[in-house]
Formats: sequence, C-alpha cells, structure tokens
Amino acid sequence: MSTKLLGERIKRKEDPRLIQGRAHYVDDLKLDGMLYMSFVRSVYAYARIKSIDAAAAKSLPGVLEVITGADIKDQLGLIPCAAGMEGLKIPKHYCLAVDTVRYVGEPVVAIVAKDRYTARDAVDKVEITYDPLTPVTDPESALGKDSPRVHEEFSDNLAFVAKLEAGDWKALEADSTLKIVKQRLINQRLAPASIETRGVIASYSLGEETLTVWSSTQIPHLLKTQLAILTRTDESRVRVIAPEVGGAFGSKLNVYAEEGVACYASHRLGKPVKWIEGRRENLLGTIHGRDQINDLELYVKPDGKVVGLKCNIIADLGAYHQLLTPAIPTLTALMIVGCYNIPNVWVETKGVFTNKMATDAYRGAGRPEATYIIERGMDLVARELNMDPVDVRMKNFPEPKDFPLALPTGVTYDTANYQKTLKKVLKLAHYPTLRKEQERLRKKGKYLGIGLSTYVEICAMGPSSRMPAGGWEFGMVRVEPTGKVTVYSGTSPHGQGEETSFAQITAEGLGIPFDDVTVYHGDTSVVQHGIGTFGSRTTAVGGTAVFRATERIRKKMARLAAHRLGVKPGDLEFRDGKVETSDGSKSMAFGDVVGEAYYARQLPPGVEPGLTEQYVFEPANYTFPFGAHVAVTEVDAETGEIALRNYYAVDDCGRILNPLLVDGQIHGGLAQGIGQALWEELVYDENGQVVTGSLMDYALPKAHQFPWFDTQTTETRTPVNPLGVKGVGEAGTIGSTPAIVNSVVDALQHLGVRHIDMPLKPEKIWKILKTVDGRQ
Amino acid sequence: MRIRIKLNGSWREDDVEPRLLLVYYLREVAGLTGTHIGCETTTCGACTILLNGEAVKSCTVLAVQADGAEITTIEGLASDGKLHPLQQGFWEEHGLQCGFCTPGMIMAACQLLGRNPHPTREEIRQGLEGNICRCTGYQHIVKAVEFAAQKISPQSTVES
Ligand code: FES
Ligand code: FES
Repeated sequence: MSTKLLGERIKRKEDPRLIQGRAHYVDDLKLDGMLYMSFVRSVYAYARIKSIDAAAAKSLPGVLEVITGADIKDQLGLIPCAAGMEGLKIPKHYCLAVDTVRYVGEPVVAIVAKDRYTARDAVDKVEITYDPLTPVTDPESALGKDSPRVHEEFSDNLAFVAKLEAGDWKALEADSTLKIVKQRLINQRLAPASIETRGVIASYSLGEETLTVWSSTQIPHLLKTQLAILTRTDESRVRVIAPEVGGAFGSKLNVYAEEGVACYASHRLGKPVKWIEGRRENLLGTIHGRDQINDLELYVKPDGKVVGLKCNIIADLGAYHQLLTPAIPTLTALMIVGCYNIPNVWVETKGVFTNKMATDAYRGAGRPEATYIIERGMDLVARELNMDPVDVRMKNFPEPKDFPLALPTGVTYDTANYQKTLKKVLKLAHYPTLRKEQERLRKKGKYLGIGLSTYVEICAMGPSSRMPAGGWEFGMVRVEPTGKVTVYSGTSPHGQGEETSFAQITAEGLGIPFDDVTVYHGDTSVVQHGIGTFGSRTTAVGGTAVFRATERIRKKMARLAAHRLGVKPGDLEFRDGKVETSDGSKSMAFGDVVGEAYYARQLPPGVEPGLTEQYVFEPANYTFPFGAHVAVTEVDAETGEIALRNYYAVDDCGRILNPLLVDGQIHGGLAQGIGQALWEELVYDENGQVVTGSLMDYALPKAHQFPWFDTQTTETRTPVNPLGVKGVGEAGTIGSTPAIVNSVVDALQHLGVRHIDMPLKPEKIWKILKTVDGRQ
Repeated sequence: MRIRIKLNGSWREDDVEPRLLLVYYLREVAGLTGTHIGCETTTCGACTILLNGEAVKSCTVLAVQADGAEITTIEGLASDGKLHPLQQGFWEEHGLQCGFCTPGMIMAACQLLGRNPHPTREEIRQGLEGNICRCTGYQHIVKAVEFAAQKISPQSTVES
C-alpha cells in the first residue's frame, strides 16, 4: 500500500451514494407528521399592501395555518446583513412583507398545509389588494434627486459609497503624455440557478424545546447562530444540518426569509414544516449575482504601460440586503487592478437600492466584475496603441521575484508567475498560427476572434480581520479505537469533493489507507464549529485545519509509540499502516499505537487518554490564484451567430491535491463564465417584472454549446498555508468571461467594433453587423 | 385512481390522485427519491426516468398515465450489486459534482447508448440536450458516457 495520496487522481468518496440515487437532499427527507409550506409572493415590484384576505385559503381542508407579515413582525427578527461599512443604510428586512412590497417575488403570506398540493392550492385562494407605486428599476436614475425612493425611511436610494484612492492623481492628471482609454462596461444580472433549488425543513420539538433545521445551505454553522437570533431561540437548542446540497454557487451562502418562517411555523404548530422552492421562486427570490455598471478610465504611457486606473462603479443591490449584499461590489474594487501593478488607483463604488431581488455572492462574487473591467480594459489599450494584447499584458505584469506584492488596492498578492501561464496558454493555442488564420479568413469575409484573459483572483477567505463573520476554519480528527479515522470539518462542501481531498490529507499524514478515513461536515451537532464553504476557501482554510489536526494526532501517536519503543518521537515515521523508525528496525502497527491511547495502561506521564485532536486555522492572508485563457470564436457574418470554436485555459491554483477535482472545478467554472458572456441574463422590465422567470427564458448553458475545454495547469505554491494550496472553485468563472468578449470584439475589430455588452446574443451582433462601416 | 406499475422490476399497485405527477408518485408514494426535481416544467431533465424503455421527464407525465407501464429509475439501474457501466463511468471520470442532475443525466445517457452504442462526443452532447448540469461544465459527463460505451461494447479504437 502506497501512502502517497496528495496530488493523486483519486475517485470521489461521495459518488457511490450519488450515482445510485441514495443520497439525501432536503426534499428527500420525510419526518413524522411533516407539514408543507408555500408562499404567496408579491406580483408587484413596488406597492402598498391594502388588504389580505385569506379566509378562503384558511377554509380549505388541510390548511393549518396562514401567516402574514403582521403575525411575524414582532415574533421574528430581521433578516441579517453581515456586511458593515461606514454609513451603510440597512433597511428593515422582515421575513414576510409588512405593509409594503419592494420586489416581485417578495414573500407576503405563508401557508402551512398537510401536504404539498394543498399548500399550493391555498396560495391561489389568497386575495391581496395592492396600491401600486412607481418602481425604481434603473440604478442610475435611482440616484437622481427626483427618483422615487425604495425605502421612504431613507433620504435617497444610495445604500453606501465606498472610495478607494491611492497614488498621486494630481501628477497623473497633469501628465499630458498619457493616453486615457475610456469605456463603459455593463456586467449584467445573473441567476445562480443551482439545479437543486433552495429548501428547508424546520422541526421544533415542544417537549425538548429544541429546533432542528435541515437546510440546503453552504453555511450551517453561521445559519445556526443567525436562526437562533432570528427566532429568539437559545442557540444551544438549535441544530442546523446541511444534508446533501445540490449546488449553490454562492446562492446558499445566506439566511433567507423562508428559513425564518419555517422555524416560526414549526414552533407554532409543534410539527416539522417543509418548504421546497419552485424554479420560478428560485429565479425571482434567490439572490442574484453581478449587476454593475462600470465606467473605466485607464491612463496609459505611449509604450503601453498602464499607470492609472479610475473606475466609477454603480452596483444594483436590489431592494434589501441579504447576508453580504453590500460587501460584494467592494470586492470588485479590491481586485480591480488584476495582475498588473498599477500604481495609481481611484475607485468609487455606489451601492444602489432598486425594486429588485437582492444581489449577493454568485460564483466569483465581485471578482468576475473586476476581471472583466481590467481585462476588457487591457484589450482596449492594445487596440488604441495598436499593440498585440499579449504584449500589453507582458508589459504590465510584475515579475515573479516581485512577490509578495503589496498593491495600492490594499491587498498583498502572495505568489505568481503570470508570464509562465500566459506563455503556456499561447503555446497550447498555437497563438501565432491563429493570428495568421484570422488574417486569411478576414480576406474571405470570415470573422475569427482570438480573445485573451489573464486573471488573478482572491481566494481562501480569509483573514478574520477582513471578514464579516470570521475567516478561520475548524478541523478535527478522531482516531477511533478500531483504528478507523474520522475527520470533522466546519466547511460545508456541496459538490466540490472535499470528503475525498480531506481524506487524502489525513490518510497520507497518518500513513494509513484512504478508505480508512471518513469525513463529516454540515451538521452543527456533529462538528463543533465552522464557517462554511464559499470564497474558494474550503481546501485552503478548512483543509489546512484538517492537516494541522492530523499533525497533532501524529505528534501524540509518535509520543505514545516512542514511549513503547524506547526511541525519540522525532525518530518515527508514519507509513504503510505502521509507526516506525526510518530504517524500520523499531516498529509498531498503527492500530497498536491507537490501542495505547485508548487502553491507557502505560501512557507517558502527562498524556491524556484518547485520540482526538482539533485545530482552528486562521489564515494570515488570502491566496491569489491566477491563470491565462484563450477563447477562439467564429462570428457568422450573416446571422451574428457566435460559435465558440476552442477554449484554452492554463490555471494556477497553487498545489494540486487531486487533479480530477481541480479539472472539474475549472470546467464548471468555465461553463458559468462563458454562460454569462454569451447567453445568461436575468432581465427585469421597466415595471420591475421578471422577464426571465423560467428556465425556458433564463438560458442555462447546455452540453452542446461548449467545445472541448483544453486545460492545463501550472503550480505556484502559496506560503499562506502549509499545504501550499490556493483554491480553484471560482477561477474558471472569473477568467473566462472577458476571454469570450475579447474574442468576439477581436473578431469584429477590423469593422470598427470597439465594445459589445454581454450577453453576446446573435440579435445584438446581427444589429451591430448591420450598422458598422467597412463591411468587407 | 388505482394504478399498476412495474417499478424497477417488480409490480406494485397504488391509489393516486388523478393530478399527481409521476415524479411525485415515484418520490413520495414509492419512496424512490433518487429521481429529482429541478424545474417541474420539462426543462432541466433532473427527473428523467425510463418509461417502457424511453427516457421521459417524469415531471411532464401524470402517474395515472403510467398505469401498466414499466419504469426504471436510478435506483433500479445497478444489478446484482454491480454498478451499471454508466454509473461506473460517472464515478471514474468525475462526471458529477453536487450530483443533483446525475440520476436524470444517467437515465438520459442510458437511452442515448441504447440507440447509439458508440456515439461521438458531439452526439453525446446533442443526446444530452434535455439535461442541464450547472456544476460540471459537461466535459466529464461526456467522458463518463464514452467510458460506459466502451465498457458496454468495447471497440478497438475510441472515436473522438
Ligand atoms: S424537473 Fe422535470 S425537467 Fe426539470
Ligand atoms: S452535478 Fe450539480 S448539477 Fe450536475
């Protein structure tokens, strides 16, 4: 048996239950006496509630409870917002609308019935009369003096302004040799749209006075604390379980109204209450992502060196703050210089209330926007200076020896070699050949586009001093008396595969078979503490906690074995199921050392019986994975149709623990980033109605829309954690969007096309092709 | 209404409401929760099952319409404790992440390989058009289906 596991392609431990239909997602759970909840939601973007008539619903056989905002107003707390910034306006966010509705889909009435169908029938029987108000839908005009206000309690719709200024702008603006490249970039609203929608079961036990909640969440521990506060329950009596979670992408990193109301209903009725979100509800009432308007100015020297970046960011926050709503656009400012050390930076971010669902963390969360801004910007610089986009990037990259690199944005990039990934992807794509092909095709009136993106992102969130609710993570390892090993992690993976990679860490650390390790997560009564899975933190922060806890086990076991073998603990190695000296002359079976700990007959002085160790890892910095992507597109000159012909990606996520999982994360990320560039858009009309409220209208990418992704990696380790891993969950999404747009603009550049806003739908391209001059 | 269905190899009879969707019959009456619901509007494919050998989205069929039919769900795919080649392929090639789309994806792929034992990558992608996966970017799913195709009827050269 080999004990080398880290870096190996190992099949996932989680898969057997998933491929046989034996896993349990929230909706698969059935409890005794369980009731079902459904919601009546606002059909208006902005309106006063005049009256609610629920008599017909109440009289429906099987309906047990009808709950309105008035019922819960004083019984349930407000939906929390963890982001704190100076001057932030935080509107009251009730679990059910009180007096006023502020977005389409806002929950107004909850109905609890004996079964799902009855609960849904009852929804149709509730009569609500509204007094419609003029909705605020455009975030720019929302800032105007005459705009209606989303919240009358505030003087305007500006939720916050955050400024970031560094460098010497006086000198820069006086320098007439600099070229200023300007562009407005729109980053459209998206729906995370995990295939499993949200869902919750709340079960309040009137006897024990305990509240158990199964929720499709990324943050069971944070949710436990927040639900305790929200429902005014002693936190010691609250347990949250994240069962199997069917995708999340940031959308389940939150505390939602429905979770609060389910707890309330269960408490009132003394029965478990289940709510499963419908797809339309998911598109209307689960957080959205992106939605920024970015006005960019780059100050550029004649040789292509970018010396200044100015950006006005308008972020459409929607009507209320969810958990991290205002924090997300500030991540854009933090990463806006990308992988270029631009000394002068000026960013003003305005968060704006509108009558829409809240935006919040969607895969990448603020960094895709940053990357889009700077990477579109670099291509515009190349165009204005008539340079190759590769040369502009090379010109502005810092050298590998410059790291750690403190940036004017206030973050310190750990390690990087941007030149290496770029060179590697150019080779992979045969870049010079592609350019020649492009030339040739142009002469024939065919439009081939080659788009580049060199990104850096911020991961492994993060140092607690900079996080809204702690950035540490908890890990515990328990060696059972039989020698099997149990790992407990405070993270809450939901598809990323850490049951596998964490087992790799511990099995390799203890020199035991991979199959001997079982990983638990997602249950607050099983795992003592935790923060959760988001921000590409699970392996870098959570994995490190597991790694350190494993080290502590080793230390204790080495002491026990040394005591028996008469050697020094430092002389012992853990390999092949044994604890032994490096020459193998003195050796104990792993299980026998475990026996020492549990039978405890001859423990060294001062050593406690048992074999459980924990570790809470607090990262000193974030990590900064990076990469270089090339997208090759063909634009049909007649129809405007875009064919994505090739996609090449070289990503560096630090040390790779399991290449299979890394590939999976990259592919999935690419699909979402490409989806934004080409197809996806969550559309509200001017009345605040959602136009894309089903999967027929919201264009989730399908298999045949993608080419074969040609991916490679480089491995630049980070010193921020002992594993050297950086994180990979969001990289693909962050890097790919600008590569696609750069590619399509590149295809049409010779026609005078300078920029096209996403999504690049054929109609849009067709219109542009009809109007541009110089069609060849 | 009383219906009779041969479910994963054995007949059963149940009284169901006429408006009960087949997917809810499978999940809540028969207790087979491996078939998932992602949209209820025939778009995502998470609820795909085999109905008389055809891949069907069980959210578009009423339970009563399946009266007398033979149904295979993900739970009925492995035989004698041995994983179906598609299940093996999804495991081997990391064809799933959250796993929510997976049962539907596997059932759709079942029909695909039944009709075309050696599909090209393009044909696999086209064949899975009715199934959405938000996690994997599909590439490993394509590989998983290729793996299964090879396993079910080996060919000396694998098409690409
Ligand atoms: S649930 Fe049937 S297709 Fe989506
Ligand atoms: S594996 Fe998550 S939706 Fe396909």
